[in-house]
Amino acid sequence: MIDVAAYLVFFLCLALIYGLVCLGLNLQWGFAGLFNVGVVGFFIVGAYTVAILASPAAADRVGGFGVPIPLALLAAMAAAGLVAFVVGIPTLRLREDYLAIATFGIAVTIQLVALNWETLTGGTHGRVSIPRPLASVFVDRVNANLFFLAITLAIVAAGYWALERMVRSPWGRVLRAIREDEVAAGALGKNAFAYRLQAFVIGSALMGLGGGLYASFIGYVGADDALPTLTFQIWVMLIVGGSGNNKGALIGAVSVWGLWSFSGWFMAAVLPSAFAVRAGALQVILIGLVLASVLLLRPKGLVGEEAVVSRGARVK
Amino acid sequence: MTLAIWLQSILDGLVIGATVSLGAIGITLTYAILRFANFAHGEFITWGGYFALAVLGAVAGSQDLKALLGGPFEPFSFGWPLIVATLASILAASALALILDAIYFRRLRRAKIAIASVIGAFGAALVLRNLVVLGYGADPEYFSREIQIAIRFGPGLRITPDQIALVGVTALLVVSLHLFLTRTQMGRAMRGVRENPDLASVSGIDVAAVIRATWVIGASLAAVAGVLIGLTIQLRPSIGFDLLLPLFAAAVLGGIGSIYGAVLGGLVIGVSESLAVMLIGPEYRAAISFGMLFLILLVRPQGILGVRA
Repeated sequence: MIDVAAYLVFFLCLALIYGLVCLGLNLQWGFAGLFNVGVVGFFIVGAYTVAILASPAAADRVGGFGVPIPLALLAAMAAAGLVAFVVGIPTLRLREDYLAIATFGIAVTIQLVALNWETLTGGTHGRVSIPRPLASVFVDRVNANLFFLAITLAIVAAGYWALERMVRSPWGRVLRAIREDEVAAGALGKNAFAYRLQAFVIGSALMGLGGGLYASFIGYVGADDALPTLTFQIWVMLIVGGSGNNKGALIGAVSVWGLWSFSGWFMAAVLPSAFAVRAGALQVILIGLVLASVLLLRPKGLVGEEAVVSRGARVK
Repeated sequence: MTLAIWLQSILDGLVIGATVSLGAIGITLTYAILRFANFAHGEFITWGGYFALAVLGAVAGSQDLKALLGGPFEPFSFGWPLIVATLASILAASALALILDAIYFRRLRRAKIAIASVIGAFGAALVLRNLVVLGYGADPEYFSREIQIAIRFGPGLRITPDQIALVGVTALLVVSLHLFLTRTQMGRAMRGVRENPDLASVSGIDVAAVIRATWVIGASLAAVAGVLIGLTIQLRPSIGFDLLLPLFAAAVLGGIGSIYGAVLGGLVIGVSESLAVMLIGPEYRAAISFGMLFLILLVRPQGILGVRA
């Protein structure tokens, strides 16, 4: 029973971290209509930032700066935001698909850096011994996970609250206006490019924060964390939960991560280990079919977007 | 000698670029006519290669077929079996594309959210790739394990007969496509839909037929690219996905919607990658496509041969 509870804590930590990434994607796609196919790139930039700043010195590796985790997490957000800023400048003025292609490209490029720039990223060995906050206080594994869950919950709650404030503010209304009709919004004097860039940078910073938390929680980050499968998973979470709704993003993250973890556990239990590669393939196929069915049968997702005019005024 | 090394690198780049061109034509056609960035296009390359592998396996397993089809045409490593396999692969890839469109993409298009098709394609790509992993595992496969002797020519340059065949087949396909688009009724209809779908539709053009033709052409060229990659390099379930970025970079570089732009873009990407390997090593090869893509979007987003919308 304690095992199950301990696993549940571990599961929720990861699900909430992905929930945070999903909230970032929801700001970009759900509210601003920005199509980011490089989620994993921003996530992994955040993860390596925390790994480099916070982990102890090691031979042949850049590191040993001893930056405390809270500061390292802020740096992770800044680093991911900076990458988004650079990618956004040439692409956010163009048709939406160009951003899709460019973000796909940046994620592939960052994956190559993760694999090959060994002094920075550890290459295939990855970066190890990334500390957790207050690691000396919470030594016992169960308590350490519980404490981390509390931190993650607090960060996700703060992020959720801030995003809800933002999307219900005049700023959020302009964002949705641009998404719906750029020409009309432009006629009202709104600079679509500037708003898009803001949403893209803030959303990517949240992805970087998620990556930073992940690195600290797992204690390790490597090139195999930079695979495009993560981008796909986050997208499925958002589509299943309901894009344009922050609650939907979190519900989608927990339910899809649950389905992913359960199917992985189930296949490991049923199939012999020789089929590990094929079991991994089956898992992706399963999630892909979930995505396809939701897109076809319930494109609004589980929750769907609320029709909100402004804070306090709800319209059905 | 140094000059020969550089020339050789450009030559290798052109050979790789030829297959990128074939794939990029499909990307640019889908973008121009169906109006979405098809992230699943790379999988037609993968499936094309594996379809051919399956047919080759069937031929090798049957004494009758082997006797009927005979051995390789010297000096090439392939003979009638590969030609039959390529034709079968073109048919199978076209069927796959039409089925996917009928049960999936057509409905996503109807949803009127342009981007539903893109994320749908991204999902379809991962499913298709992993179906190949499920069937064949993740290890590389080869059409033939024999090593080809390269032909030497000019100032110490080398090219294998199969690579010459690859370039020849690509050139033949590009010329045929050009003739198809300029000389046939369907080709003109496709160009009409590309320019203005509504106007094309009211002038009596069968838009549904144009869409089917687009899928068939894109998937067929991709299948041939897959076969050519299997012939000259190797097959892995990830070849299509790995090629996706070069394909998009080539299509954008040449100018989205332009067939000749896609061919030119493919060759430029191939040569750039090849030269980059000489200059900075093979590790960052795939990043070259991104660099080229980023630069072109910054300075000339309509591409080399494109016109600003």
